[in-house]
Formats: sequence, structure tokens, C-alpha cells
Amino acid sequence: MSSWRGIWAVFRKEFRENLRDRRTLLSALVFGPVFGPVAVALLVQFTIRHAEAQSDENIQIAVAHAERAPNLLAYLGARGVDVVKVEFDEDGARAAVAAQTHKIVLEIPEDFGARLSEGQPAPVVLYSDSSRGFDRRGVGRVRALVAQYGLDIAQLRFLARGIDPISVLPISVQEIDVSTPSSRSVLVLNMLSYLVLLSMLFGGLYLAIDATAGERERGSLEVLLTAPVPRENLIYGKILAAAAYMLVSLVLTVSMFSVAISFVGLEQLGVTANLGPRAAATMIACCAPLVIFGGAYLSIISGFAKSYREAQTYIGLLITIPTMPLMFAGLLGLSAKLGLMFVPFLSQHLLLTTVVRAEPIDPVFVTVSVVSTLVYGALLMWVAGRLYRREGLLG
Amino acid sequence: MLEARGLTKSFGKVAAVRGVSFSARDGQITGLLGPNGAGKSTTLRMFYTVLRPDSGDALIDEVSVTADPLAARRAIGVLSHGAGIYNHLTARENIAYFGELHGLEREAREARAAELIELLEMKPFADRLAKGFSQGQRLKTALARALVHKPRNVLLDEPTNGLDVMAVRNLRKLLAQLREAGHCVLFSSHVMQEVEQLCDEVIVISGGQVVAAGALADIRSRAGNAQLEDAFVHLMDGGEAR
Repeated sequence: MSSWRGIWAVFRKEFRENLRDRRTLLSALVFGPVFGPVAVALLVQFTIRHAEAQSDENIQIAVAHAERAPNLLAYLGARGVDVVKVEFDEDGARAAVAAQTHKIVLEIPEDFGARLSEGQPAPVVLYSDSSRGFDRRGVGRVRALVAQYGLDIAQLRFLARGIDPISVLPISVQEIDVSTPSSRSVLVLNMLSYLVLLSMLFGGLYLAIDATAGERERGSLEVLLTAPVPRENLIYGKILAAAAYMLVSLVLTVSMFSVAISFVGLEQLGVTANLGPRAAATMIACCAPLVIFGGAYLSIISGFAKSYREAQTYIGLLITIPTMPLMFAGLLGLSAKLGLMFVPFLSQHLLLTTVVRAEPIDPVFVTVSVVSTLVYGALLMWVAGRLYRREGLLG
Repeated sequence: MLEARGLTKSFGKVAAVRGVSFSARDGQITGLLGPNGAGKSTTLRMFYTVLRPDSGDALIDEVSVTADPLAARRAIGVLSHGAGIYNHLTARENIAYFGELHGLEREAREARAAELIELLEMKPFADRLAKGFSQGQRLKTALARALVHKPRNVLLDEPTNGLDVMAVRNLRKLLAQLREAGHCVLFSSHVMQEVEQLCDEVIVISGGQVVAAGALADIRSRAGNAQLEDAFVHLMDGGEAR
């Protein structure tokens, strides 16, 4: 009973003291919750503008020796390709692409016309630099148009020989995209869950450092240890205070995302994100158990540091570790599975993604994620308690 | 009442304290005198349970710090080296926080904080954040914090470090008040004048061992010198030689 009072006293003091610390407040209430959502909103907005602008635009290409293939150029010109006529040889074309004076250069060799009329394959050369300012869409379209032009000629040749051109097209591919607008949004909002989780961690970051390494550096830890409160309870109170700040940061960040995304015209991308109040509440509930884990994790790291600066260095290096599985998830295209619900951070990421996709979430998954995360959090708290019972704590 | 019984403590290969025994009585100010690195802080830290003795024991009002550290902590007030206080709390909140850690209810700790603010003449800065406090103000806050639970025993580690003359005089007055009230006061120092002016009993530590203990007059006469400083140097030389 009295030990609970010690935890509560430390919790309240840390919570209140850090409310007066600008650094803590900025990281908990401003950086994550405001910058993250605003950055994503701006990025999405930019993507939309860019996509709109690009789809209306003609493709610009430079053609060397255009006079050697007037029909091909007329074909391209009729299909939205703006041609700039240039007099490059091979070296000139390479240089122009390297210097980015032209992003795409099409070179018509001298014997183009002759080979075409003899029925031999007639080469054209397409220059582009995939490492710099590469216009993938433009190159793809030019390549497709040239190939189509070739196919048209082939069909005419078959007709001239009395062969049905259809017979040389034995297979036709029909592409159907089954992604729904909501599931497509995951591509756009891929970084959302990453930002939410990171912002949550940052919320408690400074409190965790201040309450452990900071307290030791200022020399107040020694007196604190003379209070009649078991040492582990002191760190429990501090961890819970850091967790409380993380929770505040989490709620703010998700709410801000919900608001910011509603201002962005995602529908123009053919995308809708499920980020209404209900979804936001579900996301917060899924992530909330992580705050204990996060608070204990950061407190343990900075508990080893002798000074504020040292703790900042350690945390700078180690804060990304819990979010590593998210990157793998992105690379491997992992989707929610029961086994993955045992992995903290990853399980939350997968649940968030499910919510944003507006897919039904399995209550078993949620339960496993919540319970396992809480168990890991309790385990880390116990480790932190052991750490604080060490005699060498004062360093 | 504080009692050290053969305290030893090593850090790695360095033996910081090597069998220290002494006692400090209630209603007296006892000085722990010694040069830097003599083992004064380590000894005090074992008393206030931050360090655990390798062997021996420290008793606080007969309570063993090794057997029941929580009970021992309840009976002591500590002013640690450097007097670290919380910059984002006011002096009053700093005091009340420790009252809460010592299990005082809200009314009790607020009344006690007000009482100490009165006693230590802290009114002008009691409700300001500690961020901009002078050394003297910090010391008063730390001292009030140490006294919030009315501990019978008060331990101070180099309390006069970094204080100006006025602040030192104030502290001296306060320690004298504590003595009048029957407290057991134990403080460490490496400044002889300070010990000379304040203490009833002196324990001289050198190289992790007690080299002399007793009333000031006794120590002076034992060393055959009238000045404590000379006696001190004499004892140190003896301590080093052993």
C-alpha cells in the first residue's frame, strides 16, 4: 500500500515537472503530433498535384535525324509526344542525356529507312539516364509507342501476304487491378504507422532521459535514493510518467493525422483512407499498450548513461531498433498473421495498416497483440527495477 | 544516534573505507573531518543506504542499515554532496515532494513545508522555480527537504561547499538550532575552521580509517598542539605513515 504511494508520488512529480520543461513539451506535443501529420499531408498534396500535372502533359523527347523516319515521327506526334529535332551522333546523344539538356533522346540510324523497306529489323536507339532525373513514365510510353508502331507495320505486312494478323497474336493479356480505393491508400499512407509509433516514442523521450540520466547528472538522484521508497518503485513511477506522455503524444498524433488527411483531396488519387473518428480511436487503442514498453525501454537505455548528453546519444542510436520490424514489413510486404501479433511494434503496425485499409480486424489478433505487448512491457519494467537496485547506479 | 561498526567498502581494488567505527550522539554536532578522498562521503553514503557496506554495519537509532534500509531511511534526513534540487519545481514543491515520499498526507506535508520555509527564512523565494536559485537558496531548499519528515538524525555531506560567508553563518546557526532541539547531527568537511567552530565531537578520517575521535580539546591535547590545524596535519602524517 505504501509502496503504491511512492510510485504515485514519483509519477505525479515527474509529470508536473516536465509540464514546465519546454523541451519535453515540444517533443511530446509539437514535433510528433504536428510535424508528422502536416508533413504527410503536404507530401500527399504534392503527389496529387504532380500526378495531375503529369497526366495532362505531353512527353518531350529529342529526336536525332528525324528526317530519316517521318512516318514514325508523325505517329508519335499524333499520340502526345512533342518532338524536338536535333542533330546528335551517338556521343552527342549520350552527352545531352548526361547533362540533362534532354531527358530522352531517340536516335534514328542512317539505314533505318532502307532496312525497313527491305523487311529487316530496323533499329532505333533510345537514350535515358535511370540514375538521374529519370522520366520512367515517359521512357515507358515512348518504348510502347515505338513497339506499337512496329506491330502496326507487321500487321500491314501480314495483310499484304494474305495472312490474318490476329493469328500472330495467340495470347492477349487483360490486366485487372483489384485494389480498392482504401487498400490503395496504404501505398500513399505507408509511412503513417511508422510516424505514429515514432512520434509516440518521442513523446516520452525527454522525460525518460531527464528522470534518469538527468536526475543523476544534477545530483538529485542521491537524495532521492535516501527516501524510504524501494528503489524499483522510483523507476516504476518514472516509467509510468514517460508512458503517460507517450499516451498523450499518441492521442494527439493520431487525431492530427485524422484531421490533416481530411483536408487533403485523397479521392483525386483514387484513394480513400479510413481515418475517421472511429478508426482513429481503434488505432489509439491498438497502440496504447505500447507506451509501457516504450517508457521502460527508453528509461533502461538512459539509466545506463551518466549524463543527459550521453543518454541522448544512446537513444539516438537505439530508438530505431523497435521500429526495425516495420521496415522489414514494408520490404517483405508482410500482412497480419497470428504469429506476427507477438512482435511488439510490428503487430501494432500491421493492425494500424488493417484499420487504414478499412478491412475487418480480427479480435483474436488484437487480443494477442495487446496482451503480449503488455507482458513485454511488464518484463522491461522489471528489468528497469533490477537496474535501479544496482549499487553502481550512482556511478 | 548514529553508530558505525567496522564499516568497510571497496570499489574494485580501491579500499575506500577500511574498518571505520564511531558513534555520534543525540543533541550533539559531530564532524567527520578528513582530506579529500579520505572516505568521508563513502562512510556517509553507507549510513544513508545508498551504498551497502562490504562488511560491518551502520546503526541509525539502533536500526541496522543493512537489515532494514527502509526503516533506517525514515529516521534520517540527508543533505547530499552538491544539494541537487529540481529546477522545474518551486522550493515549496521540492520540500513537499520529499514529504510525500516520506508518506506525509497532503495537509501534513504542506503545513510542514510552510513551517520550514518560515524557519529557514525562505519566504521571498519559496514559490519561485528553483531554476534561478543562488547557492544559498539551493542549500536552504535542500536542507528543508532533508528535514521535512522531522528526522531524529541529520547527515550532511560537505554542506558548506560553494557557499559565501553569510550562507555559511546561516547554516551554522541552523545546525546549532538542530542541536538544541536534540537532533543528532553528523556532517563531513575538509575545512578545519568549520569543524572547530561547530562541532562538539570530531572524528578524523584518513586513508579510510579513523585516526582520532573525541572532543575537540582532547584531540588537540593528544596531538600536543593548541591549533586544530596543526593537530590535523600531525594526525594525517601519522595516518599516512601507517
